Amino acid sequence: MTPDLIANVVIAGLLTGLVYGLMALGLSVIFGVVRVVNFAHGEMMTIAMYAAVILFAALGFDPLLAVVPVAAAFFGFGYALQSALINPFITRPEHSQFMLLVAVALIMVNALLMIFGPDARSVQVDYQLESYAIGPILIDKARLLAAGMAVATSAALFAFFRLSLVGKAIRACADNHLGAQVVGLNVKRLYALTFGVGSACVAVAGCMMILLVDVTPVLGPAYTLLAFVIVIVGGLGSMPGALLGGVLIGVSEALAGLLIVPSAKSMFSFALLILVLLFRPQGLLGKRT
Amino acid sequence: MALLEVRGVSKAFRGLRAVQSVSFDVAEGAIAAMIGPNGAGKTTCFNVIAGVFAPDTGTVSLGGRAITGLHPHLVCRAGVGRTFQVVKPFPQMSVLDNVVVGALNASARVADARREARRVLELLHLQEKRGALAASLTLPERKRLEVARAMATRPRLLLLDEVMAGLRPTEVDEMVGVFRRINRETGLTILLIEHVMRAVMALAGRVVVLHHGEKICEGAPEEVVRDPAVLECYLGEEAL
Amino acid sequence: MSPERRAAILLTLLGAALVALPWLAGSYVLSVATLILFFAYTGQAWNVMMGFAGQLSLGHSLYVGLGAYAAAGLFFHYGIGPWAGVWLAIAACVAAGAVIGFLAFRFGISGVYFALLTIAFAEFTRIGFDHIQWLGGPGGLFIKVEQREAWDLLDLRGTPRMFYYVMLALTTGAFALCAWLLRSRAGYYWQAIRENEEAAQALGINTFRWKMLAVVISAAMTAVSGVFFAFYYNNLFPEQIFHISRSIEIILGPIIGGLGTLFGPILGAAVLTILADGITELMALAGLEIPGVKQVFYGLCLLVVVMFLPHGIWPTIARRLGLTRR
Repeated sequence: MTPDLIANVVIAGLLTGLVYGLMALGLSVIFGVVRVVNFAHGEMMTIAMYAAVILFAALGFDPLLAVVPVAAAFFGFGYALQSALINPFITRPEHSQFMLLVAVALIMVNALLMIFGPDARSVQVDYQLESYAIGPILIDKARLLAAGMAVATSAALFAFFRLSLVGKAIRACADNHLGAQVVGLNVKRLYALTFGVGSACVAVAGCMMILLVDVTPVLGPAYTLLAFVIVIVGGLGSMPGALLGGVLIGVSEALAGLLIVPSAKSMFSFALLILVLLFRPQGLLGKRT
Repeated sequence: MALLEVRGVSKAFRGLRAVQSVSFDVAEGAIAAMIGPNGAGKTTCFNVIAGVFAPDTGTVSLGGRAITGLHPHLVCRAGVGRTFQVVKPFPQMSVLDNVVVGALNASARVADARREARRVLELLHLQEKRGALAASLTLPERKRLEVARAMATRPRLLLLDEVMAGLRPTEVDEMVGVFRRINRETGLTILLIEHVMRAVMALAGRVVVLHHGEKICEGAPEEVVRDPAVLECYLGEEAL
Repeated sequence: MSPERRAAILLTLLGAALVALPWLAGSYVLSVATLILFFAYTGQAWNVMMGFAGQLSLGHSLYVGLGAYAAAGLFFHYGIGPWAGVWLAIAACVAAGAVIGFLAFRFGISGVYFALLTIAFAEFTRIGFDHIQWLGGPGGLFIKVEQREAWDLLDLRGTPRMFYYVMLALTTGAFALCAWLLRSRAGYYWQAIRENEEAAQALGINTFRWKMLAVVISAAMTAVSGVFFAFYYNNLFPEQIFHISRSIEIILGPIIGGLGTLFGPILGAAVLTILADGITELMALAGLEIPGVKQVFYGLCLLVVVMFLPHGIWPTIARRLGLTRR
């Protein structure tokens, strides 16, 4: 257990954590604005990973390139999902919407199972085998690129919400649903846009994730839970919180994998979720509602 | 003999002082009213009495026993029934079942509670709707259901929060008649928050006036409506 | 004829049919019926928490698993039979439920946060049990099957028919218990809490205590189904029994049948299992064997019911059969 080993593990965890953070960012945006608990979030991530696999296998697209068409497709899908399935449900009790997305998730996971079978799939690009050396620290090139894409996408998202008119309108909706309607904003359309944007985030995260791990259909629920842990730990409604939470979870999982039995590392995340839910439900950076 | 004693109650929310050093008594068997412009602190007062919030300072006693800061369900068990300004029925339960839930506070057996519930529904002229879902009732009916449910708990003190709002004058008179009758026959003590002065003048033996969280006047209805401080706070903000 | 009379007659007919089933049907139908009853029972147990008291648990596989491992562990290591083992199972699940309920309700966690909390506990336990070697770890725990010919009720070793009757007895018991609960003070208070907790408190209801009661009863009932699972299937894997898809399977019956109703979970379990099996059979006839079809079907059913029949299919059917007053 040398300092070098720990440093390498921490850095790898940090980079992976940034990709997790992007995935969670999508969820935070959706939950923070539309107040829908997207139980299908992890499944959407998995579908994005499969999309990258197909584009690579069929057209030779590098996942870094595949990001563009997949994100566009997911934006459309998220928009449609919100408009057709969820918007009509806004007035229904909370657990109705939740069950709706549980159903969607169930269908997605098993449709993937039907189409692709249970075996793992992956992409094979050259730079997955390369790494940069900074002294004793080794940084995987693929991991660095994936993290870079995650950061770039997050920055674009921040800019969208801070600077663009639509982004500000969406934030208004999140802050005050009724007020936004009174002012004349088309709330339902903005919700659909938000779901689309959140889905596009997941799409990018998925394309990056396939560079780091293989994909199987059953990854969906695990990613959904991970996204929730991150969002709740980092703080609902806080975009920096989602990234911070992602990094925290990435690093702690990596360290837990090193220090205790690797297969038990996600126990740590669940324990953290329980603690946060109990003692600081607004998360690290979130606002107390 | 005072049934309800409120002494020096203050409650602030994040710096906004909703209620400041309010003290008053309600005699046993009396009907008293709390009036004042919107935002005067009336519902906050009710919520303190009913245990929804603990006051920052001050005490609340019922029949000589301190109930300050008790949990709402314990306040109910001590003998306080309340309605909510925005009615809270149990929508998917029948009208009768709604009241049974209240009656179970005083009856050990479900059969007894059901009988008591029927009795209370008759008092409030809701017996014909007893099988209907609470969600299907009109607003005046829901208000009566809310009262029935609170009454079924066999309270010593009934807190009514703006139960007359939205009712037509004939409906108001009907409700006034019901409360007068119950008060006369059972001696139930009633404290009501009201804006509908018609009901206040007809029902209340004593009126407490709140303004900006403070008590500015207390007395018989005829005296209070002539008090210059009261007139100023009302005419300055809204026409009577 | 009054609705109550009609309900009693139909119920008696159904009961008679269920008792006579093993003599009328082959082994395949019997196994499907046993499965239906298993999901009906477990769904009913979950219904106590959600349908009655309004607390959404998506981690009920925790109780099935704890119950199963408790009884199986005792049998495997000490030869202690299920009739004794079930008490440990119930104790373990009551403790787990009490912890979850206490933490959640003391800290004011409700709605979807509560659901997430239950999922977290189930997942935590799933991974945890993978590392408990004394209970077989990820490789699983296997109970010896001594014989399948004679009825050994003491150790629950025997014919499929025996298991069917055990499950039928359990389901009938659960139905009776829930019917009694619904009519009692607990039923009224739970529904009040479900409908509007603040109003319930103003009527003298200690909502914390009653919510805890619902959680604990639900957990205890589910523990028994876990014990049955262990002795019926004879093998336990943490990955399977604690998995979130188990939790989702449990809730499908009650939601599709009708939340909060007595007969909903039973009807839902029956409809889902029969249709799903029908689909699998049809596909087998066509020569197809695709994993995941059944689950997609479940997902679609859930979607349709949540969107168009939020009260489930039983209330509509009950009205058609003339079993309700409205």
